[in-house]
Amino acid sequence: MSRYSAWQIVKQGLTGNKSWEPAWRDASPKSSYDVIIIGGGGHGLATAYYLAKNHGITNVAVIEKGWIGGGNAGRNTTIVRSNYFMEGNTEFYEHSLKLWENLSQELNYNVMFSQRGHLNLFFTPGQRDAMIRKYNIMRLNGIDGELLDRDQLMSKVPHLNYSQEARLPILGALYQGRAGTARHDAVNWGYARAASNLGVDIIQNCEVTGFISNGGQLVGVETSRGEIRAEKVGMAVAGSTSLLAHKAGLGRLPIESHKLQAFVSEPIKPFLDSVVVYGVGHGHFYISQSDKGGMVFGGNLDGYNSYAQKGNLPLYTDVASCAMNMMPALGRVKLLRQWAGIMDMSMDGSPFITKTDINGLYLNAGWCYGGFKATPASGWCFAHTIAHDAPHDVNKLLTLDRYKTGHMLDESGHGPYPKSH
Amino acid sequence: MLRLDCPVCGLRDHDEFTYLEDGSITYPKLTNENQDDWFDAVYLRENPRGRHVEKWHHTFGCRTVLLVERDTLTHVIGKIKPAHPKIAAALKQPATAKKRS
Repeated sequence: MSRYSAWQIVKQGLTGNKSWEPAWRDASPKSSYDVIIIGGGGHGLATAYYLAKNHGITNVAVIEKGWIGGGNAGRNTTIVRSNYFMEGNTEFYEHSLKLWENLSQELNYNVMFSQRGHLNLFFTPGQRDAMIRKYNIMRLNGIDGELLDRDQLMSKVPHLNYSQEARLPILGALYQGRAGTARHDAVNWGYARAASNLGVDIIQNCEVTGFISNGGQLVGVETSRGEIRAEKVGMAVAGSTSLLAHKAGLGRLPIESHKLQAFVSEPIKPFLDSVVVYGVGHGHFYISQSDKGGMVFGGNLDGYNSYAQKGNLPLYTDVASCAMNMMPALGRVKLLRQWAGIMDMSMDGSPFITKTDINGLYLNAGWCYGGFKATPASGWCFAHTIAHDAPHDVNKLLTLDRYKTGHMLDESGHGPYPKSH
Repeated sequence: MLRLDCPVCGLRDHDEFTYLEDGSITYPKLTNENQDDWFDAVYLRENPRGRHVEKWHHTFGCRTVLLVERDTLTHVIGKIKPAHPKIAAALKQPATAKKRS
C-alpha cells in the first residue's frame, strides 16, 4: 500500500484523484489465526497493530460486530491528557501521551493530534490544594503540569465566567500543556490502515456468539460468520464487556454499563484554543473546540445502568447549565448533535489490561470515561500482554484481582463506586 | 425522561429520584468475616442487558427507597415496590393504600 505524502496529494490531484486505494482491506474470516481480537474500536485495532509491529505476530484477526470505530471510538469528546497521580495510572497514561506525540508519523496517517493544553479549573482552596498535590506527583514522575493563578488564567482564556458574583468564583487552574485533542475517527482509520498493511485481517459485521474451549484452554470463537480458531483471544469491547464475559465463562466482573452523553454545537469562529474542564460538587463539565469549529462538550453520566445508546433530557439540561455557568457567551450558540455511548464503569474508575483465569483469554476493559486518550498505550500494553502471556511493567497494576487484594486504583477516592471517571 | 410510578406519590419524572444501586445485591451479615462474600457483594455485578432490578430513592418526593424493574436496553419500566418489606406490606393495607397522583 502506498505511503501518504505531499507528493501523493500532488500526483493524485493532477490525475483526478482516481487511483487512491482503500485505506484498509475489508477481509473475510479465515478458519484460524494466531490471535483474535474481539472489538474493532480504537483499542482493538491498536492492539492488532502493535502485535504485528512490536511482536511480529501478523496472523491476527480483528472481529467487529458492526463497523470499525462505530462504538465508543466514534462517540467520545476526543480529549487526550495524562494528569493522573496513582502509581499504575500515572505511568500508563504518560506512556500513552508519548505514543500520541509521534502517532501521526508512526501510522503515516494524520490523527490531527493537537497539543493545545488542558485546563482543570478550581474554585475552592481545598480543591486547589488537592490539585496541586496531584500535579506535583505528576511533575515528580516527569510529566508536565503547572499552576495558573486567576490572572494567568484570565489572560489565557479571557471569556470564562470570572464574575465574583458567580456561585463559585474561579480561583485558577492546573494546566497540562502537552495535553490536547485528536481526531477520533482518524485514530481508528489510521490504526486500521497500518494494521491491515502489516497483514492483519479486519473483519466487520461479525458478531461473537460464543467461545470454544478444549480442556480449560480457549481455542476459538463462534461468530455470526462461522467458527474462527485461535489459541489466544483478546477482548476489547468496552460497553459490552459483561455480556461477552458471561459467554466466555468469566462470570461477573466489577463493571456496570452506563451511558455517557456528548454534545457538539454548530460550528463557530475560533473561540477556545485549549481544553477546559471543571468538576465541583455534582457539577462536571469539559469542553473544547473542534477544528471544524463545533464546541464539543460533555458532563456526567446519565446515572442509571443502560445499554441504550441514547441519552436522557435531564442530563442534557444539566450539561447545558454547566456550559452556561462557565461560558455565558455560548448562550446563543445552537446545539447541532447529541449522542450517547455505553461505558464500562469499573468499581474504582480505572481499567484492566490483563490475563484472565481462562487460558488463552485476555481482557481489556473498564475504561470508564477515559478510553480515548488511552488508545495507543492500551493497544501497546494489551499486545505485549497477549504476546508474552504476561503484562508489561506499564500495565502490571491494571489487573482484575486488585479489587480482591485491596490494590484499587481509586483516583477520586470514592471507594467502590461504578460512576467514577 | 423515564417515568416511575411511585407506590406512594404516583407517576413521576425520574429526575425526582436518585438512582442508588443494583437492587439484586444481598449484602452479607455484618458478623460475616468471609472476604469472598464481601468481595462478591461489593464489587461484582451481573450487569445484564435486559431485565434489571434496581434501587431508586424518591429524593424529591416521599423519600421511599423503591425496587424498580427496568430493562437496561429498552428502558421499559416493570414492577415497582418499596424496597423495605414492612413498608411494602403496610402499603397493601387498605387504610394506607390511598394513592395520590
